[in-house]
Amino acid sequence: MAKAVSPGVAALRKVVDDVHAKARQAKAEGKLVGWSSSKFPCELAEAFDLDVMYPENQAAGIAANRDGELMCQAAEDLGYDNDICGYARISLAYAAGKRASRKIDFETGEYVINPNSGKPLKGPDGKVIIDPETGKPKKDPKTLQPYTVLDDIYEIEALPEGREKELRKKAIKPYRQMQIPQPDFVLCCNNICNCMTKWYENIARMRNIPLIMIDIPYNNTVDVHDSNVAYVRAQFDAAIKQLEELTGKKFDEEKFNRACANANRTASAWLRVCDYLQYKPAPYSGFDLFNHMADIVTARGKVEAAEAFELLEKDLEQAVKNGTTTTPFPEKYRVMFEGIPCWPKLPNLFKPLKANGVNVTAVVYAPAFGFVYDDLDSMCRAYYKAPNSVCIEQGVDWREGICRANKVDGVLVHYNRSCKPWSGYMAEMQRRFTDDLGVPTAGFDGDQADPRNFNEAQYETRVQGLVEAMEANQAAKEAAEA
Amino acid sequence: MSIEVLLNEFQEVSEHPYKVLSQYKAEGKKVIGVLPYYAPEELVIAAGMVPMGIWGSNKKTISRAKEYCATFYCTIAQLALEMLLDGTLDQLDGLITPTICDTLRPMSQNFRVAMAGKLPCIFLAHPQYRRPAFGLKFCLDQYTNVKTELEKIAGAPITDEALSAAIKVMNRSRAARREFVKLAGQHPEAVSAVKRSAVLRSAYFMEKEAHTAKLEALNAELAALPASDFKGPKVVTSGIICDNPKLLKIFDDNGIAIAADDVAQESRAIRVDCAETGDPMQALCQMFADQDYDVLLFDEKSSENRRAEHVCQLVKESGASGLILFMQQFCDPEEMEYPYLKKALDAAEIPHIKLGIDQQMQDFGQASTAIQAFADVL
Ligand code: SF4
Ligand code: SF4
Repeated sequence: MAKAVSPGVAALRKVVDDVHAKARQAKAEGKLVGWSSSKFPCELAEAFDLDVMYPENQAAGIAANRDGELMCQAAEDLGYDNDICGYARISLAYAAGKRASRKIDFETGEYVINPNSGKPLKGPDGKVIIDPETGKPKKDPKTLQPYTVLDDIYEIEALPEGREKELRKKAIKPYRQMQIPQPDFVLCCNNICNCMTKWYENIARMRNIPLIMIDIPYNNTVDVHDSNVAYVRAQFDAAIKQLEELTGKKFDEEKFNRACANANRTASAWLRVCDYLQYKPAPYSGFDLFNHMADIVTARGKVEAAEAFELLEKDLEQAVKNGTTTTPFPEKYRVMFEGIPCWPKLPNLFKPLKANGVNVTAVVYAPAFGFVYDDLDSMCRAYYKAPNSVCIEQGVDWREGICRANKVDGVLVHYNRSCKPWSGYMAEMQRRFTDDLGVPTAGFDGDQADPRNFNEAQYETRVQGLVEAMEANQAAKEAAEA
Repeated sequence: MSIEVLLNEFQEVSEHPYKVLSQYKAEGKKVIGVLPYYAPEELVIAAGMVPMGIWGSNKKTISRAKEYCATFYCTIAQLALEMLLDGTLDQLDGLITPTICDTLRPMSQNFRVAMAGKLPCIFLAHPQYRRPAFGLKFCLDQYTNVKTELEKIAGAPITDEALSAAIKVMNRSRAARREFVKLAGQHPEAVSAVKRSAVLRSAYFMEKEAHTAKLEALNAELAALPASDFKGPKVVTSGIICDNPKLLKIFDDNGIAIAADDVAQESRAIRVDCAETGDPMQALCQMFADQDYDVLLFDEKSSENRRAEHVCQLVKESGASGLILFMQQFCDPEEMEYPYLKKALDAAEIPHIKLGIDQQMQDFGQASTAIQAFADVL
């Protein structure tokens, strides 16, 4: 279902497509392409004109394209435990050369179609057409997909030139996240988790490439002390030296300053876009913000991203004026969605929310990417404050701030099996939300990337419970007002 | 004293840390709980207090900790919280909470929140850049903060002299433990796997000087033994912890000896000593900088496979013929390093098995079968 999108959304898509295309081009020309953790200071790479891809986004994209389980399984077959973060597993499998591919019939050279794939065929009246022979819905032939199989680019590379090699190369799924070039270096900042450290060390080892590391130890106070800033500042200098060695170029301060200006401009526009969720009803849903995550991560330091977010801001301003929204149902309740969504299960997440008129009007991604700063020290401070590197007081304060501003009636908490640092103090947070905001909360078990860890029945029950609690809350409020 | 008597005394301590804690309290001493990993116990000793290591428990089940924790966290962290909540650790005067893994990061917050107004929690974040000057500086800032907080609890400043003395105490303890690990590997006929663990584990509960004195006595007895005629298979153990007597009894029942270990609670914690000259705070930071070959630590030469090769070397030098990896459930740092450990072990033709464990495990039937089968192929 291709929805019409606003100019801002279209511009953002183009920005990301362009970054990917440019990286593929760079690789083809023999230039360096790096992989970076999402909250590594991209300004540093921009100062060296480096092409950089983002494995977390990639993993989210692969999961959303339903290949998360296959890639997770591939990582498990390499020895990585299924307990490890799903993003890391997908990325490690990819780094090892594993790819989701389409099954080929080597006789005909065609893909082998999976009859169970695809969407039901609908008649002119919009109703599903039932196959009289089987009594089951007929499949729309246009939506039928080939079987997915696992392949390995290094295995393909080792094949003699010829038909099989060509067919297998072509069969790798064409979506952009499955077409990211292998890395020549990695940029790791562990401000979100220590899993990142080990994950990137593994990639460095696997591909025998340099790792540039920015270490952000966990912080126990709301303030970022001078000691922490000095530690990170010194690491920036060390990283610059490493990048100089890697690229053979001198650090270009002008480019760096420009990237900082862009990153700030993007972050500010992003924060303002996030703030549009404060309107009642909201002109869009928090689920849309989830989709813009890839945009903010991939292109923060580029002027095109800043411009596209500013365009999106204009779209939203207009939407508010017109009283329109992209949320496809009337907004009855407003909730904060805590955590990363379960990418492979987005439709399943959405379904009971839609059914109950629950709009997600707050997500924690606003502060997560709103790195705004004015000099190098404040840049260090900004990168010190990632979602999983802050103390509980800061974490609660961020969330409660968004909940108040965005006027939520409840909080839906994703206990994300993949993300230990994020889920680690969530129970205490839930208690504080209820105490401080007077809103009900509900938790459910899931996973951002591995669909095996999501229990739909439990989720629906929890959403139902939350809706009932919000309903009761509202009734009580109305009674009190009367 | 005979070897047997000494080993039993260590075992008594290892089995009953609560008694030890109560005894120190009865003597009017202050006791500081020390969570894993790499907290500078020297500072606690220098403050005239007793450091007591908290590595979960083999005798508890998770119940109260569920109010803070989802299920997918290691039992080491969850059971520490459990014991803080159920009163087991009520007698502590303070708690040091390092944050080197993704479980301990948020758990440091749970500890602090759960203990608010009850127990001072001293936060510690180690730098992953250990060796460059900026890493040493950050470590010094962190340790200085720990020192200040400990001084508040002790009610007196920690002097450089006291710290230098404490460093000597800890160096001596580590040296005795290293020597014991070597001797126990050479004399499996005298030191069972269960007792070996008890000796090393009790070092976390006893005052270090007392533990060292007893251990040096034991070492002397072991060193005087005639060469062992032990013929059974020898292995190296690896992982975060394997201190459950029921689990270790499987080794003893099957005549398997532990030649050496790459276990965080055992040898990984005592590999490195602290310089006894120069500024003692700097020396403590340098000691952390010198730590290496650990799944929890960043390796600046990450494109190499140094840790795994180090473990292979350990197996060879110890005369073991295989490795048993005890994988703590939900321990992602250890899990992340497994594929490359396996690769190096395979390349060195060292057979190994990986056993999933956690501290709430009661039934070791499967582990027993696996260990027996492994011993048969060695
Ligand atoms: S922050 Fe969480 S989800 Fe992201 S990489 Fe780390 S463990 Fe995985
Ligand atoms: S067992 Fe693993 S996850 Fe648990 S505290 Fe230790 S290092 Fe962290």
